Amino acid sequence: MTSTEKRIGNAASFVDERLGAARWVKKSLNKVFPDHWSFMLGEVCMYSFIILLLSGTFLTFWFDPSQRDVIYEGVYEPLKGLKMSAAYASTLDISFEVRGGLLMRQIHHWAANIFMAAIVAHLLRVFFTGAFRKPREFNWILGILLLTLGLVEGLLGYSLPDDLLSGTGLRITSAIIQAIPVVGTYISFFLFGGAFPGVGFIPRIFTLHILIIPGIFLAVITIHVMLVWYQKHTQFPGVGRTENNVVGHPILPVYMAKAGGFFFVVFGIIAFISAVASINPIWLYGPYTPGQISAGSQPDWYMGWLDGLVRMAPPLETHAFGHTISWNILIPAVIVPGIIFTGMALYPFIESWITGDKREHHLLDRPRNVPNRTALGVMSITFVMISLINGGNDILATNFDLSINQIMWFSRIGIFILPPLSFIITKRLCLSLQRADRELLLHGAETGRLLRLPHGEFVEVHAPISPEKAYLLQSHEQLVALEIEDVDGRGVRRPGALKNKLQRRLSKAHAVSVPKVTEQELKEIENH
Amino acid sequence: MSNELTPTDNSTPPQHAPRATDVNPVSEKRAEQQIAILFALSGIGSLLLIYSYIYVADDVFIFIPIMGDQNAQQLGIGLGMAMSLFFIGIAAIHWAKTLMPDKEIVNHRHEFRSSDEDRAELVQTVKEGVAGVALGRRKLIKRSLGAALGLFALPPVLLLRDLGPLPGKQLEQTNWKTGTRLLTDPGNRPILASDLEVGAVVQVLPAVDHPEERPLSDIAKDPVLLIRLRPEDFQLTPEKFAMTHEGIIAFSKICSHMGCAVALYEQQTKHLLCPCHQSTFDVTRGAKVIFGPAARPLPQLDITVDSEGYLVARAPFNEAVGPSFWERNSQ
Ligand code: HEM
Ligand code: FES
Repeated sequence: MTSTEKRIGNAASFVDERLGAARWVKKSLNKVFPDHWSFMLGEVCMYSFIILLLSGTFLTFWFDPSQRDVIYEGVYEPLKGLKMSAAYASTLDISFEVRGGLLMRQIHHWAANIFMAAIVAHLLRVFFTGAFRKPREFNWILGILLLTLGLVEGLLGYSLPDDLLSGTGLRITSAIIQAIPVVGTYISFFLFGGAFPGVGFIPRIFTLHILIIPGIFLAVITIHVMLVWYQKHTQFPGVGRTENNVVGHPILPVYMAKAGGFFFVVFGIIAFISAVASINPIWLYGPYTPGQISAGSQPDWYMGWLDGLVRMAPPLETHAFGHTISWNILIPAVIVPGIIFTGMALYPFIESWITGDKREHHLLDRPRNVPNRTALGVMSITFVMISLINGGNDILATNFDLSINQIMWFSRIGIFILPPLSFIITKRLCLSLQRADRELLLHGAETGRLLRLPHGEFVEVHAPISPEKAYLLQSHEQLVALEIEDVDGRGVRRPGALKNKLQRRLSKAHAVSVPKVTEQELKEIENH
Repeated sequence: MSNELTPTDNSTPPQHAPRATDVNPVSEKRAEQQIAILFALSGIGSLLLIYSYIYVADDVFIFIPIMGDQNAQQLGIGLGMAMSLFFIGIAAIHWAKTLMPDKEIVNHRHEFRSSDEDRAELVQTVKEGVAGVALGRRKLIKRSLGAALGLFALPPVLLLRDLGPLPGKQLEQTNWKTGTRLLTDPGNRPILASDLEVGAVVQVLPAVDHPEERPLSDIAKDPVLLIRLRPEDFQLTPEKFAMTHEGIIAFSKICSHMGCAVALYEQQTKHLLCPCHQSTFDVTRGAKVIFGPAARPLPQLDITVDSEGYLVARAPFNEAVGPSFWERNSQ
């Protein structure tokens, strides 16, 4: 034994004698992680969260979360002598007088954007591959929670510097809260410490932004990752991969080195972007005052789609019995997002109700093999994209010489037509991809070479595909529709006939697929 | 579906072909050197960061194409940091890919469902636990427990009461009273009707005791836009027309949608536009909404002149300004 080995051995036994951890650690180090580029999206989320913790903590050392009025005396000439809040003044100081401060602000803001983008990408990967199916529904719900928290955390974050843009965001937030029937006005007064903008919101959202929400994040992310660990990662189908195993590299050393290295790569890239690309140059906007506004006010992109929905809402209010209900705010900012997020959270259960599938799934779907789900996903993306486009309608109008009216009407009509259209197109596309797979399996790959048959006819030569490929093409399950009877064996109507009918309809739509190649068909081809 | 093809379960996954570094000592040596170079690049990045932090002045700017002028110190610190992080990461990944074992291994899964015995035992344990508490029999405890828990939930809510004042009538009221002078913003000067030419737009605030120290919550409600048109340009009801003064019309600047400042005025069309969600108001028709999500016109302020000829409010706003809220009486 070398002396290093001995030292490691000693340290290990010191710990093990007290905690008895050897068995568990040994098992964990042998844990296997399957490799696929899309499995790194979750890692990007986690790493950018860590970067947010680090850069955010740096900012707290200088940031002064206070609405106290101060006269700016710092180095930035254009704002010298102006009255502003201490929060805004200290953000200017971080940007101009703390070495590396501007970089840290930019790292924090870029990381927030990348964090949200990674969450969305990760969520789409999980959705399109069916990784949310039993037993992973809890983790899907936790993921939706993280997405929602991220939206709130980001909104609070860019409200902190108290510049003209962030104040406008808060003004809109307070209007949304006020629009909630019965309690809205009270909630708004309590949150802001009085009529907007109140006296308390900067210190309050500061506590939320740096303590409460990051704390919840940390707890939820920990559970999320522990569940991945415990339930083991899903894997794509392939030779040697089954529902009962996981194939990949062990934690030590390969996965550890790759994942650890990847953290530094992500951090490095974010640092690079932040070094060269400015984001949220608050000194250009000036301090917040509710009487002014900067043209082209834009939230961060992850809020942009909600803003776009608000912009396209019809001008509807109900006035009755001395009360006002603002549908123009409630529908786009509360009701629609509420339905979307609840629907997303419940989707695993909805799908398993439709398919009647209550089994565990550890092999991922190829998106084309579940056309209905894939189409639903594309439809949702289309919906959000149209909202997002409308959220930037003023920017688009000035840059592309369009009128805001045109874009607004395009969105107002498009939001109803384009998502269903994209559903239909995607479903068709999936089915033709399935058909192509079937052809490939039956006849091999097209080579582009032509062969002249003895009687003069030309045929294209098909090359056989590799056994691995063939395996992949036949590894999915044929979707089948549920058979539910409205009447039982004796011809008596079952209770819940309407529910049965709905389930049967949905199940039938879900099961639309190209028939899989059968054993017999393959044999026939071979004998040909 | 007996006929369906189900791929047979080949229990060993195919192993990758050996890498160059596995079989060729020269490649192995080269990989080792590459990794060392990557680590060295990281080191150079750290040195660049330290150098920029200490020696680069904070008022030097460098021009970068596309990005424009950049503060040299921030740029140096940032690029140094980016290098020092990025190359450590790349080195580790390169190391893992070229030199660490490439063998994939297999773990087995088990179903997550517990065995039937375990489940039954759990049910039994819970049953016994519940039986021990025997709330069903001890009605008195059950009721008092319920009452105590109910009361217990109130204090935490009550303790938050002082977060803010009750709304009262605050959202309905502004500082505009009968006879309040209109002061320019910025500047706080009273305005004569003759100060405004046709086509002019000015932002005004109400005269108050200390106009320099207006709280922001007042600025969130009080701003008013004065616009002067030719009286014949208006298409107003007689009541609304009576609220103008010699072609000068006054609207709340706070958007009736979500409260942004309605800051853009188009001379040609005589439209006011809110930059937040593009609600567009037609000034000639009493700020009627002609586009966008706002559901109500901007409230109009009734103005006239006082004995010295300065513009004043003839009456307070006759409706709440700004975004809607539940208690708002919009009839
Ligand atoms: C996980 C999610 C987080 C997100 C999405 C997020 C997002 C943001 C955003 C967008 C800003 C505005 C930055 C700017 O342009 O100035 C901000 C500001 C700030 N954040 Fe965070 N943040 C997160 C976590 C944290 C944490 C964990 C801390 C502290 C421990 C923190 C501390 C701060 C501080 C002090 C500011 C204000 C200073 C400034 O704006 O320069 N943040 N945050
Ligand atoms: S706040 Fe003016 S349009 Fe929404």
